Amino acid sequence: MSEKKLMKGNEAVAEGAIRGGCRYFFGYPITPQNEIPEYMSWRIREVGGDFIQAESELAAINMVYGAAGAGARAMTSSSSPGVSLKQEGISYIAMAELPCVIVNMTRSGPGLGGIQPSQGDYFQATKGGGHGDYHLLTYAPSTVQEAVDLLYDAWDKSEKYRVPVFILGDGILGQIMEPVSFKPMKEMPDPETKDFATTGKHHGKDRRIVNSLYIEPEICEPRNLELQEKYRLLAENETMCEEYHCDDAEYIITAFGSVGRIVRTAVDDLRAKGLKVGMIRPITVYPFPSAVYKKYADKASVKGFLDVELNAGQMIEDVKLSIECKKPVEFLGKLGGYVVSPEEICEKVMEVLK
Amino acid sequence: MATVYKKSAMLTDTPLHYCPGCTHGIAHKLIAETIEELGLVDNVVGIAPVGCGVFAYNYFNCDMQEAAHGRAPAVASAIKRVHKNTAVFSYQGDGDLASIGMAEIVHAATRGENITVIFINNAIYGMTGGQMAPTTLEGQKATTCIYGRQVRSAEGEVINGNPIHVSELLATLDGPAYIERVMLTDPANVMKAKKAVKKAFEYQMAKKGFTFVEIMSGCPTNWYMSPADALSFVKNEMTKKYPLGVFKDIEEAK
Amino acid sequence: MEKVKVDFEVCKGCGLCVLACPKKLMQIGKKSNNKGYFVVECTDQNACVSCGSCARMCPDSALEVNR
Repeated sequence: MSEKKLMKGNEAVAEGAIRGGCRYFFGYPITPQNEIPEYMSWRIREVGGDFIQAESELAAINMVYGAAGAGARAMTSSSSPGVSLKQEGISYIAMAELPCVIVNMTRSGPGLGGIQPSQGDYFQATKGGGHGDYHLLTYAPSTVQEAVDLLYDAWDKSEKYRVPVFILGDGILGQIMEPVSFKPMKEMPDPETKDFATTGKHHGKDRRIVNSLYIEPEICEPRNLELQEKYRLLAENETMCEEYHCDDAEYIITAFGSVGRIVRTAVDDLRAKGLKVGMIRPITVYPFPSAVYKKYADKASVKGFLDVELNAGQMIEDVKLSIECKKPVEFLGKLGGYVVSPEEICEKVMEVLK
Repeated sequence: MATVYKKSAMLTDTPLHYCPGCTHGIAHKLIAETIEELGLVDNVVGIAPVGCGVFAYNYFNCDMQEAAHGRAPAVASAIKRVHKNTAVFSYQGDGDLASIGMAEIVHAATRGENITVIFINNAIYGMTGGQMAPTTLEGQKATTCIYGRQVRSAEGEVINGNPIHVSELLATLDGPAYIERVMLTDPANVMKAKKAVKKAFEYQMAKKGFTFVEIMSGCPTNWYMSPADALSFVKNEMTKKYPLGVFKDIEEAK
Repeated sequence: MEKVKVDFEVCKGCGLCVLACPKKLMQIGKKSNNKGYFVVECTDQNACVSCGSCARMCPDSALEVNR
């Protein structure tokens, strides 16, 4: 086991990406994710990679398109307004089926909103985000260690399915300092080993084209169906979820990302009071772990669910769809940069269960 | 019998979709011939734009990427950073490069990325049906300035505003190694344009910096002109606003 | 062998070669191809000086010139 280091979330995410084989980073400053490009700017050259501080988020995501299309392990990071700007490029990357990683350390919105933590980008991150029918393999880590571990295998997954990986973090994850350990360095595979990569070495019938334009419906529809089949495979093989004290639970709280750790404290506090409460925390918010919710909704002993989010209620829609309205789902939300406390969650649960 | 001129092997057999008399095809040939002559056949990546050149990936017989509208210089920069000794070129029109993609072209140029950008200036949005471009001349008609581009009203109010000089603008930056504006109006000018394209690729491979060739081109369809008249318009009207010449050459400056 | 070879189905009859020929040997012909374009032709193969100007100006690479 490697030694533990105390690191800020954003810097750990950057190091975690490098350990996962990332060698090209393209970014643009925006709070609260600035430590990612700052760390990458010096660190990535130490491992033989390259960094560009792009002129905009639009340029940064299109640099990811270029580098990923050229066979490299590339990444960009931003925060909510910046991720909105990247959506056009993400849509192109999804259709061109380029492996890459995009990190969003979300802040509050809409518009410029504020720089405090928020989870208002759930819809954007899980339903596609840009134009067209597509999804990303979207992880919502709740701790710095989990983010680092997910990033370690992110490019392997992204290359396997040729679906971009999206890390839905938030200002808490980016700014918190936690002990974290790193796995040994993965090297970036030789771009030439990727059969789609435009390395410049091919012409004639072997030449490679990175493209998202399919102007005839008879080609564009099959391409779309291929994407949909990949999303089905993701749902089958890559869905991840944490179930905490759910076995004997009579009431289930659910949350994603940083809020998951606050809910965990609330579950412990409620259990100490003798209430049989559990937590479901999706680790992949796309694909959504619907089967897990359904499993507990089908249990007669489970009275209902409480969904806690730092938004006006976004994941709750997926929760309700998953349980097919079999049990009531209550909501507790905080907006604009406020963070929910364990006490507020406990209070809400006790009020519901009264 | 010796062959004097035949189609470059760096162009595929796919028929070009361009309108009759459109000089995109000539520009394609100059790039293809340059790649062949410099021995870069197995060491080149091209980037297609959005606009009439969008299908360029079907025509150049090498690895190609199709970029989002205006973002080709960003895509090209990243490809070059990954494959530092590979020739990378983007092929962009005036709407793509000088309007929606102005930030990307300016920053790729000022960073001094070792890439070659071929800029086709035909003063119109061709693919979308003839709207006013950032390079549309004053007085020139387009579907979004049907009475002709008018910079200001008699009262001094802005109507369509001014066209933009891309080569001159980029030449003010420190990153470019070579910038030239050429036209494709006759065999002699085509030869000159070919020299410019070749020089740009040579400078790129020598890592001298950013290289840029602006090629003025006719758009017979959206200018409502015969191919012959379109070439005359380039020669007689466009050159008044956009003079030919070398705007930057770091070797000449030495 | 013809000095100027025209790829009949590729030519779009734009006439840029007609403008380019220093000997005025190229003209738009009376036959149309499958796309409906009237294809260009060389009126006098013997008078051609094989300068290649027509082919250089052809956007569609429909012309090949031999000496």
